[in-house]
Formats: sequence, C-alpha cells, structure tokens
Amino acid sequence: MKNALPILTVVAVLMALWYVAVVPMNAPWERNQAAMRGEEISFGQILTATMNQDRPVLPAPHQVLIGLYEQTLGCEAVGRRVCRATTPLNLENFLTRLNETRTSVRSLIYHGWVTLSATMLGFIFGTGAGILLAVGIVYNRAMDSSVMPWAIASQTIPIIALAPMIIVVLNSVGISGMVPKAIIAAYLSFFPVVVGMVKGLRAPDAMQMDLMKTYSASGLGVFLKLRLPTSMPYLFASLKVGIAAALVGTIVGELPVQQGGLGVRLLSGSYYGQTVQIWAALFAAAILAAGLVGIVALIERRVLARMGMAS
Amino acid sequence: MSERREPFTLVLAALTALMGVGALPGGADLLLLAAGLIIIGIGTGLMADRAPAWVVPLAIAGLLLALPQRLQTADPAQAGFWFAVAGVWLAAWLLVTLLARIKPPSGPAGAALKLAPALIFGVTLLWLWQTAATALQVPSVILPTPTQIGARLVSSTDVLWTDLVQTFVRGALSGFAIGCGAAILFALVVDRYAFLRRGLLPVGNFLAALPIIGTAPIFVMWFGFDWPSKSAVVVAMVFFPMLVNTVQGLTATTAMQRDLMRTYSAGWWQTLMTLRLPAAMPFVFNGLKISATLALIGAIVAEFFGSPTRGMGFRISTEVGRLQLDMVWAEIAVSALLGSAFYGFWALLERRVTFWHPSQRSR
Repeated sequence: MKNALPILTVVAVLMALWYVAVVPMNAPWERNQAAMRGEEISFGQILTATMNQDRPVLPAPHQVLIGLYEQTLGCEAVGRRVCRATTPLNLENFLTRLNETRTSVRSLIYHGWVTLSATMLGFIFGTGAGILLAVGIVYNRAMDSSVMPWAIASQTIPIIALAPMIIVVLNSVGISGMVPKAIIAAYLSFFPVVVGMVKGLRAPDAMQMDLMKTYSASGLGVFLKLRLPTSMPYLFASLKVGIAAALVGTIVGELPVQQGGLGVRLLSGSYYGQTVQIWAALFAAAILAAGLVGIVALIERRVLARMGMAS
Repeated sequence: MSERREPFTLVLAALTALMGVGALPGGADLLLLAAGLIIIGIGTGLMADRAPAWVVPLAIAGLLLALPQRLQTADPAQAGFWFAVAGVWLAAWLLVTLLARIKPPSGPAGAALKLAPALIFGVTLLWLWQTAATALQVPSVILPTPTQIGARLVSSTDVLWTDLVQTFVRGALSGFAIGCGAAILFALVVDRYAFLRRGLLPVGNFLAALPIIGTAPIFVMWFGFDWPSKSAVVVAMVFFPMLVNTVQGLTATTAMQRDLMRTYSAGWWQTLMTLRLPAAMPFVFNGLKISATLALIGAIVAEFFGSPTRGMGFRISTEVGRLQLDMVWAEIAVSALLGSAFYGFWALLERRVTFWHPSQRSR
C-alpha cells in the first residue's frame, strides 16, 4: 500500500477540520446560555463545552463514535437494566448484550438489519432480473431497439421519486414490511445492471466470435464460454453501483412508513433534534454501504483472479 | 427471433386477435381487420425477401391503430377481451421486430426509424396500462390511468411550474453549479500536489459510494426548510464524483505531450489552458453527467426531510399522503422529463466540446 500514508494524512486532515468546525458551529448556543445565566464565558470554557453538547449543531467526531457505541452495544440500545447487569463487558456479557440489541428498537444493529435485509432481497431480485433482461436484449434485436433506449433513459431520471408512492400504495393494499422496500431496492439496482451487462455481453470482438464459429460452437456454447466470461468485469462494475443504489433506495423507502430501519432513525432524529442520533445513523449507513461495496469488490477480485483477468 | 419463426408469430397474433374480436358483440368490422392481419402474415411469410420492407410494418401499424381503439369501448367481461389485448401486444411486438430488421438509411429518416421501436414500445406499454386499469377498474388511489395523469398535467401546470422552479432552479441548479465549480477548482489545487492526489482520490472514491443523501436531515437542520438546505445536499452529493473525475482527467495527458509544451517553454497556466484542461474534458463531462442526475435526486429526496409548502419532493410526499396519485405521477413525469433534459444538455455539450474524442467519433 504505497498510498497508505497520503490516505491517512487526508483522513487526519479531514478529522482535524471537523474538530475545528465544531467550535464555531456550537459556540453561539453556549454563548446564549451563558448570556441567559448572566455569566461571562471564556474561550477555554467554550472550547470544552462545544465538544460535549447534548444536542450539538455539529457533534464532534468522538461524540459520533460514542453515539455509535451507545446505540449498538451501549446502555442506550440495551436498556438500563440489562446494561447494569452486564456491566463488566466480558465475553459472556458481550454476547448477552448482542442478543438484547438485536431486537431493541433503540439499537442501530436492529435498524441496520432491517435495512440490510430489504436491500439484499431487492438487490438479488433486481440483479437477477437485470441479467435476464440483458441476455434478452443481446439476443433479440426487437428487444434491443425497443427496451434498451428506455433502460438507458431511466439512468438519467430520478426514479427514486417513485419510492414514497410505492411504499404508501402497497401499504394501503396490505403489503407492508420488507417487500415494498425491496421492490424499490430492486428497481434501483436493476437498470445499472441491465446497461452494464448488455455492454459486457457485447464485449467480445468479431475475431473472438469468428473463432467460436470455426469451432462450430453452439449458441449456448458461445454464451457460456465467451460472452458470459467476457462480461464479468462489466457485471461487477455495475453490481457495485447497483448495491449502493439499492441501499439508498431502501433508506428513502423507509421514510414514509415508519417501520424500522436506518431511514427511520434519520427522520426521527431530525424530528426531535437528536443530532447525535442522525450522525450515528448516517455513519451506520455509510459503514453498511462501504461493507456491501467492499464485499462485492472482494468477490470481484477473487472471481477475476480465478478467471485470469485480474488487472 | 429467427427469420423462419416470424410468420408463425404473426399468425399467432392474428389468431388471438381474431378470438378476441369474434367474442365481441357486433365485432364484424374487427373480424375483417383481423383477417387482414392473417393475410399480411401469410404474405410476409411468402415474400419476406421480395416485398419492400416498409410495406409490412405500415400495414400492421394500420391494423394496430384500429384494434386498440375498438377495445377501449369494449366490455372487458367478454371472454375474448383479454385475448384481443394479447393480440395487440403481439402485433406491436411484431411491428417492432420488422422495424428493427430494416436497415436505417442515413439522415433524419434513419434517426426516426431508430427511435420508432422504442416509441412504439412506450406507447404500447401506456396503452396496456390504460386498458388494464380501466378494464380491471383499478381505483385511482392505487394506480391512476395515463389519461388521468395527462389531464392532471394539463390542469395543474401552475403548481407543477412552482414546484419545478423551487426544486430544480433554486435547489438543484444552484447546488450543481456550486458543487461542480468548487470541485473543479479544488481539483486544480489537488493536481499540483502528487501527495494530495494520491491521498484524496481513494478517499473521494470511497465517499462518492456512500449514501450521502443521508446528510439531508443535517443540512435541513442547519440551513432551514427552504432551498439553501437542498442546495447544500446537492453540493455534498456532486462534489466527490466531480472531484475524482476532474483529477483523473487532469492526469490524462501523456509525458510526450507535456514535454512538447515544455519545449515551447509554456508555463503551468498555459499548459493547463491549452493542453491539460482540453484533455481533461471527457472526464469532466463524465463527472458533469453523473452529477446532473445526482443533483435532481438530491434536491427531491432532501425535500422529504422538510421543505416549504412547494417543491417536487414536498408535493410527492404530501400528495401520496392524501392519495392524490395522479398528482404524484404528474410530478414524476415532470421530474423524468427534467432529468433526461438536463442530462441531455450536458451530453450534447459534450459532443460539441469533445468532438475529437474516440467515443464521440464515427457516429
């Protein structure tokens, strides 16, 4: 990793900037409070106070970290009683807390799981349908000329605007929970996969196709031994886009009907002015997205290396 | 679909249409139309190579126009109704197949011919939606018909226009301009220091993959309900994709080209303006196109977290709550048109500016 040092420096600078920004963002409130109490407040006092406000305008990084812990394994997630009972955090108590936090509505693990399961369900269906449609488009000229322009055009329009309607309408006909969110996640991951996969299945050049013909390969043979392998880099590139889009779709899909999920944490945090909760949920979503994209990238590396295509 | 099977499909389409038509009361006129469809099918089968290719689609198109019209007024309880609908679908499919086989001539006629299948597909889909929603009597609180949506589009243009100005012009456009401008300027700074570039590119790429839209509630809290908060979300969303693309673009020149500029004793500024910025344009436009779609998404979704009583996102979320779905669909139609127009603007500009790039040539 020759880039490790520059990356770490950039991250450190971003963190430092964040800490510096905390002071001017939160200072007015402290000054107001001091003025109301009729006290003078020194700069040093402001400095320490802004770092640990209860409802800061901009929480400091450590507050977000503590918030993340509190809302996963800490007392806020598992409740005071369990928290006290399991206080020396050894392995056994850790497992008890983990078990408790799985079902607690104040826990980011619970909400993250709600979001993750809907995302994955939708992603799998969207990707599967996308690959099937791409195969159809590549092998059928009529589908190519009629469906493909719409698939490309759909990349440029904000289809996420459909999300609230799908949720509310499906809810009104009695379908609620994971399925409506998964539908949104599916259609958001569907189009990138279609476009990428069509490109990939068309990637073999004329010479390679001719070679297959000289082998008198069947249509299925050409598909399995040439087109499908050639399309893999394109497929993984669009899978990474698709899974990130699926996660965003699920989160937005959680806004209209409040039934758990990271989107609900974001929205309820903004209703009640719980900034630390918003930031913790935001970071949980970011960790989830990074994890999902990372897993896809890992599979990509393994698969492409296995196929001798690693760059 | 292979050449041999096509007449078969055609006859199948005609037969289903015939079955549907036969079951309709007073459907003698349609019987004739469907019979015509069969004759054309057999005709295509017999002289697929000899007849001028455009005759067949034209004839099918004529039949297609007649049959759906009749179906709009037919009684869906009739047994043959759905067969006729399926027949229309198959015939439209066939029309697209035949159109796709014609080699498009050059010029505007060829361009129109290339677009025709997509348009026919879209129209058929709309027609199916309309027919199915009316025939099954789907309540409009679940799925309004395209005609209802169209009527709403026409009758509430003033509301749609205020929403468009609020969300697109005030929120998305301002954020897009600030975000892209800042990213390009910052990219010029980053480009001067290799250390910064090596560090910022991976971090920027990482941040661009995160659900930045989640910052919307934070910005709404900071900048209030009106458009500045939407603008800020858009800035946050477009900044990193734009930065990464521009920085990558600025490294797109080869060592030989840079050496040439040095032999001209061109300064940093001159090299930038005459060589490196033009060479970066394909990457910059790629970033601009990505940002163009993100900008509208950001502005709409940010309104779900709080907005004044106008704006596309606000209208969508409140009208969904009031089950006024025709209004929601109208907003979605406007946002779709707007999104593709905004994207198309940058794509067109790209073609003008980077006409020299291989991806733009040979078209």
